[in-house]
Amino acid sequence: MKRLMKIYLEKPELAAVVFLLLLLVVFQVRSNGVFLNPQNLRGMLGLLPEMGLVAIGVTLLMICGEFDLSVGSVFALTPMTMAVMLAAGVPFAPAFAAGLALAALIGFFNGFITIRFAIPSFITTLGMLFIARSLTVVISGGFPPVLPANSLPKWLFTVYVGPGELFRMSFFWFLAVAILVTVLLSRTNFGNWVRATGGFLPAAQSMGIPTARVKIACFMICSVLAGFAGTIQVMRLGAPLPSIGEGLELQAVSAAVIGGTSLLGGIGTIFGGIVGAALIRVIDNGLVLSQVDANWFKMAIGLLTIFAVVVNAWLRKRARAIKVET
Amino acid sequence: MPAPIIEIHNLQKWYSGVHALKNVSLDIYPNEALGLVGDNGAGKSTLINILSGTQKPDGGEIKLEGQPVRFSNPRDAMDRGIETIYQYNSMVPTMTIARNVFIGREPLRFSIGGIGILDQEKMRSESVKAIADVDLHLRSPDALVGELSGGQRQGVAIARAMHFKSKVMILDEPTNHLSVKETNKVIGFVRGLKAQSVTGVFISHNMHHVFECCDRIVAMARGEIVLDKRISDTSIDEIHSVL
Repeated sequence: MKRLMKIYLEKPELAAVVFLLLLLVVFQVRSNGVFLNPQNLRGMLGLLPEMGLVAIGVTLLMICGEFDLSVGSVFALTPMTMAVMLAAGVPFAPAFAAGLALAALIGFFNGFITIRFAIPSFITTLGMLFIARSLTVVISGGFPPVLPANSLPKWLFTVYVGPGELFRMSFFWFLAVAILVTVLLSRTNFGNWVRATGGFLPAAQSMGIPTARVKIACFMICSVLAGFAGTIQVMRLGAPLPSIGEGLELQAVSAAVIGGTSLLGGIGTIFGGIVGAALIRVIDNGLVLSQVDANWFKMAIGLLTIFAVVVNAWLRKRARAIKVET
Repeated sequence: MPAPIIEIHNLQKWYSGVHALKNVSLDIYPNEALGLVGDNGAGKSTLINILSGTQKPDGGEIKLEGQPVRFSNPRDAMDRGIETIYQYNSMVPTMTIARNVFIGREPLRFSIGGIGILDQEKMRSESVKAIADVDLHLRSPDALVGELSGGQRQGVAIARAMHFKSKVMILDEPTNHLSVKETNKVIGFVRGLKAQSVTGVFISHNMHHVFECCDRIVAMARGEIVLDKRISDTSIDEIHSVL
């Protein structure tokens, strides 16, 4: 019994899951049952993949002990690259691939500079936040390019499917990525190296783990997922705006932290990051439906972030205090 | 006397003008427990770092079982059977015992290009066995290393080295910051190495610990070996006088 309780208290995403369930009930009641009706669920589930994919990447990178503040800008630059190429007559597949390749390159650059010059990734990626945003505006030429009609395979990414047309296709992409990254982190040797690298770098190094390559790989995965998420948003909106994804980097960090990821690395789960992202979406939507002034949204996210970290720290301390025989 | 397992010949190391190792030569014999002592800056850490692959020598030669070797990283040394246990940095506190035992050498069910699915059953069962082999009794391989005491952590590190059949185990100040009881436990582990046919190199500031568990003692000062005697032929006073 004690052992079981300890195991649950030690799960870093516990607090976020409890919060999410609690808020679902509160908003359902406050909105007189509108919150969880199919129409509204459909709206929320349609938006979740975009934020969720970014949160998955940021969570993975934070577990590896690094930061990426450039995800919001990559979120805009990737689809803009694709859109500019589409407008120039390039078919979808190569344009899409070029956008993601650019995202991967940015991730590589973030990681390489951070490690090669031993500077905090906070700084490297803060610089990249401005660079990628600027590039986005420059290549768009100031006006979002007009996408040729039928150039986007909406059936593959954004159409509604499933029972009652509850889901967009993007949700299944999100689900697949979530499962893939979760397996990568918890069931593979690479995941073991990520946790070791973020958990205690000198130990990982002394055990012969290629920590530089592990970190660069995580930077690249994070960047590609952000680019992919941005591409999905552009396909949903039908037009590439140079300003999309602004502020997303901090929301993604909030999502990861709310989900129990430690800022110091080594601790956290992909599921936690997703729950964090879902919480942000739920609050956004729930406040509106509860007829609360929507300007309280950021206040709510802010309070939740601080509160979640305090609760997580407290839970971890409590779990530690439960003595079971080792 | 059997042939040495490690032969160090005329090893040199400079750090921007400081001559950290001056022509150091040392033979280490199979199955012995060698104590390496010296003040801070005497060169023992440099010597150990070269043996464990974290630093490269500027000159000289190392032979392992008669073969010349040059380690370019810690993994090279580990693959050749030289395992180093540090005071702190060999365990990740936020990971479980089973995962720590296999860091960097995970058993895989299948893999593509070196990345694959962990064989977690094997990791758990073999880590339990490895830990029991060094007489440490931990009930669950799923406990976080961060919850173990310092002595237990060193025990797990030693169990890990044993599990991977290391021939030479270097213990770099393994008793620092441990309580008396825990220290005795670690000294017990070092004494047990001989029974498992493992050569031990034990580095410590504490002469009493070295005298308790080693066969031979080597003292270093200012980048040179200043004393090399069997424990039975020397005394703590003699060693203090040469340092």
